[in-house]
Amino acid sequence: MTMSIGFSPSSLREGRWYEYLTRFGLGGAATVFTGFVSSLYGASVGGLFLALPAIFCASATLIEKHEIRRKQEADLAGERRGQEAAALEAGGAALGALGMLAFAIMFSFLVERSVTAAFAGASLAWLVVSVAAWSLRCKMRSVARRRTSEG
Amino acid sequence: MTEYVVRFLVGGVVVSAFAMLGDLLRPKSFAGLFAAAPSVALATLGIAVYQHGAGYAAVQSRSMMAGAIALAIYCVVVCHLLVRARLRAAPATLLSLVIWLIAAFGLRALAGGQA
Repeated sequence: MTMSIGFSPSSLREGRWYEYLTRFGLGGAATVFTGFVSSLYGASVGGLFLALPAIFCASATLIEKHEIRRKQEADLAGERRGQEAAALEAGGAALGALGMLAFAIMFSFLVERSVTAAFAGASLAWLVVSVAAWSLRCKMRSVARRRTSEG
Repeated sequence: MTEYVVRFLVGGVVVSAFAMLGDLLRPKSFAGLFAAAPSVALATLGIAVYQHGAGYAAVQSRSMMAGAIALAIYCVVVCHLLVRARLRAAPATLLSLVIWLIAAFGLRALAGGQA
């Protein structure tokens, strides 16, 4: 079994305008907060907050809410399904965090040589490591599922 | 003041762009990769390079490594709270922030405050 990656433009219509505004506000607030911590306690402490999961809190809550709404429209109780959807997002985000680690390593290695190369190389490292980790997990799950069905 | 307004706008735009991309993608586990995209980092490091120079941004990115490992731990804890403890997303993600803080500062301390 293979997991194919696809686009679902209809999911953008599920979002309400205030949800997008909340995300914009949270993103802005997290960036201001990181700058504020850096100016108060120095770059080293401020750097920790570059990986603050503030945005993840908002997106997991939104995903759960959308899933519950979708189930309720079909007259079904969607709480459990909502939790499962948020858990799937969290699983993916854990792999994305590995990509973020690759981003930080590559950026710190390159930034004092070339700023442009640092941003490009770090973004590429994030994408490659995240997607590779996700693909590996899919393959491992598929092998485990096959073994269970055979055994 | 202007600096913070610029930070807010740049951060808001970059985070929203990654979040919308995550909304568009399927399956959900793949979209989750974008929930941990370095959106705040891109905005903050860009401003840091412009304002303070490459050396300052290098220090921030070294610390970010500890934050990223803490984020991976945080996500696993959130996943378990949702699936096993059956908590709703808001309490699970907010309560786990304590884990992120402990892990991030703990790893930084382990690296001798230089992470």
